[in-house]
Amino acid sequence: MDSVKRAFDSDLAWSFRHSPVAILSATVALLLILAAVCAPLIAPYNPFDPASLNLMNGFSRPMEPNAFTGDSFLLGTDDQGRDVLSTILYGMRISLFVGFAAVVFAMIIGVVAGLVAAYAGGRVDAIIMRIADVQLTFPSILVAMLIFGIAKGFTPVHLRDQMAIWVLIISIGLSDWVQFARVVRGAALVEKSKEYVEAAILIGRGPIAIIFRHILPNVLSPVLVIATISLALAIIAEATLSFLGVGAPPTRPSLGTLIRIGQGYLFSGEWWILLFPSLTLLLLALSVNLLGDWLRDALNPKLGD
Amino acid sequence: MELLEINNMVVEFPSRHGVFTAVDDVSLTVAEGEIVGLVGESGAGKSTVGNAVMGLLQSPGHMPSGEIWLHGERIDQLSPSDMRSIRGKRIGMIFQDPMTSLNPIETIEYQLVETIQTHLDVGTSEARRRAVDLLDQVGIPDPANRIKQYPHQFSGGMRQRVVIALALCVEPELIIADEPTTALDVTIQAQILELIKDLCKSRKLGVILVTHDMGVIAETTDRVAVMYRGRLIEMGETDQVINAPQQPYTRSLIAAVPPSNKKINRFPKVAIEESDGNALQNFDLKGHWLGRGDAFDTTVENLLEVRDLQKRFIVKSSILPRNRVYMDAIKGIDFDVRSGETFGLVGESGSGKSTVARVITGIYPDDGGSMRFAGHDLTGASGKDDARAGRQNIQMIFQDPYSSLNGRMKISSIVAEPMIVNKLTDTAEERHQIVTDLLELVGLGKDAAKKYPHEFSGGQRQRISIARALATRPRFLICDEPTSALDVSIQAQILNLLKDLQEQLRLTLLFISHDLPVIRQMCDRVGVMRHGDLVEVADTEALFEYPQHSYTQTLIGQMPKFAK
Repeated sequence: MDSVKRAFDSDLAWSFRHSPVAILSATVALLLILAAVCAPLIAPYNPFDPASLNLMNGFSRPMEPNAFTGDSFLLGTDDQGRDVLSTILYGMRISLFVGFAAVVFAMIIGVVAGLVAAYAGGRVDAIIMRIADVQLTFPSILVAMLIFGIAKGFTPVHLRDQMAIWVLIISIGLSDWVQFARVVRGAALVEKSKEYVEAAILIGRGPIAIIFRHILPNVLSPVLVIATISLALAIIAEATLSFLGVGAPPTRPSLGTLIRIGQGYLFSGEWWILLFPSLTLLLLALSVNLLGDWLRDALNPKLGD
Repeated sequence: MELLEINNMVVEFPSRHGVFTAVDDVSLTVAEGEIVGLVGESGAGKSTVGNAVMGLLQSPGHMPSGEIWLHGERIDQLSPSDMRSIRGKRIGMIFQDPMTSLNPIETIEYQLVETIQTHLDVGTSEARRRAVDLLDQVGIPDPANRIKQYPHQFSGGMRQRVVIALALCVEPELIIADEPTTALDVTIQAQILELIKDLCKSRKLGVILVTHDMGVIAETTDRVAVMYRGRLIEMGETDQVINAPQQPYTRSLIAAVPPSNKKINRFPKVAIEESDGNALQNFDLKGHWLGRGDAFDTTVENLLEVRDLQKRFIVKSSILPRNRVYMDAIKGIDFDVRSGETFGLVGESGSGKSTVARVITGIYPDDGGSMRFAGHDLTGASGKDDARAGRQNIQMIFQDPYSSLNGRMKISSIVAEPMIVNKLTDTAEERHQIVTDLLELVGLGKDAAKKYPHEFSGGQRQRISIARALATRPRFLICDEPTSALDVSIQAQILNLLKDLQEQLRLTLLFISHDLPVIRQMCDRVGVMRHGDLVEVADTEALFEYPQHSYTQTLIGQMPKFAK
């Protein structure tokens, strides 16, 4: 209980309570995440179960009974008769899972690389940071597509749909680690020169213990900020890749896949297939991004007023 | 009429934790040609008074009540733009750090001429003539040529002279100098203070000198105001306040100043005691873990023998060794530290004294020479077994209490870590008990163990740092400027603690400081360092009374004399 009280009294919690934008965006983000997690419980249909689909329900308009079957769908249906609301809920699960997993993957690589570069210095530092520089010269989407394409070539055909998600995670993660590495390296260089690190050397701590027990906990705040902003970027990257057709397969659509399916019908009047997944993506990315912006300001008092 | 009159000034800083009253009902006056000192420890509100007079209070600070009169004109209610012209023209400012108060990308000439022309109605050539004249007055040699240089081409002391010239160039009536010499070495400090004194008398300026240093106050000011937690405790003629202080706070503050002219055994108890009292008196060392330790030869005369020690840093790196540029930080020095004594290393900034500490402890590898510590060879790779065995008995206390403790660790983990790493204890209960004992030993209660570093003041953190150092059962303790970041009354307590611990635990100390009076109080023998050389080693009393080397003579001659 003591730690709960301490957390509630902290400057971060105070800043949160006094920032309407932070409260609103956190609420929206949490609601969306909750909806995605509970999708099997709250979604009216299971869009991944072919048995529940009826092609006759295809292109139902939102909140209007279908001309053939009489079924009514809150947000309409797509070309195959899948309920748009349910596909959004299930699609968000994939988008969020890919986003979170990619950020965690990028974070682990980036934080370790940044810490090692900063602490070892010299040649190790130069090599790691030059790799990062080279990585930055490729647009991250291009890197992701490259990895995606190579991985696809090595995956047996019948496993491709299942592997697609993991390839997405790795390719987005690999294109994202550089900013973690750079920020962590910068912060760790500052920490490394502080006297508590010298004190740890003097009491006989080895380099690994100093890096992970002493320096790492002190560079976590900027990592947290970047992780939040990266989450929004990773969700968008996933959507972009899926929109380009190299991401989540149409049988297990993510938000990006839904937008790709929807844009084909935009000009034939079936606007709802495109609009609702796009709005969801916008809401999700925007709320996470605003949360990240607030976190950056709250953890960096120097930016101030 | 007084030049400056402050009546019942109150300055408040509202925050979410409530309103903080930084200055509470302060009244003081400054006459023409008078230097008024504003002295106090950190958080006393002395700088805030200066900022309020200049209308430079940092947001959200404001002045809810009180009046400021400059030459019969009330200035605390002026608009920001009116205040700006007063600030440039009638009140000059000198800040602590001469580097940040000058624009690094413009020449001195540009900065002086621009300031003169902004405030005085003169032509460019006239402004330039005045600028050269001013530089000459503040003691910059060859001003006609040096005025064309950039700030980085001047040394720290010269830069501060330029800042003073900048403050003087519009012929102000009042100068507010906020810690003008704190960032400077003692020899330069004396020159700058002399300059301020001369200018004040010759130009009939009023000066407010804000400082924490009683020595500077005693040397420079006519009258002094002592502040404590926003309140004006005592005000009077400088001689009178220093020699016959009326208030208990002032008395304890003055008692805590290390006298430069004699050695005292312990500093007297002060009014504001931050520790829970020292537990040393009833501490049974012999039966305690701290007293055990490995068999250690205490009969050797010289615990540490340093011969021809060298250390250089790369200034410009290159793949080709012959293109590398080095800076010699230690140029081959010899000294011994005898068992049980306190050996002092004194010198100005950049003299290499802290580098010596870091080479002995192995934080920096050495570049030649030898170091023998109680039979162990410390030279060479820091990973060597012999060196490591020796260094288990060497610990260090650092200068900055705010960066020397890991802010993410509880005090109990910080103090226990050395025991865990070196496997000095058998059980967790034993370790826990020792942590409690150590914290009590350094004057902190056992509740301290559960807290985090940010919950403690600078002096308390320094006590935690000492407890951590003692947790390896060291025989040799290096103190690198252990009190230079602390207020004088806290410094007195930490120095007392170090003396107590040394006697009880039979520690040998290497005490590094730039502060001569502190060195005189703490050390048995002293080495004087300059530009990486050890110019003189002598017994403390002999060194202070009969310095042999010319540099030592200058250093001791320039030290602010604080007579009681």
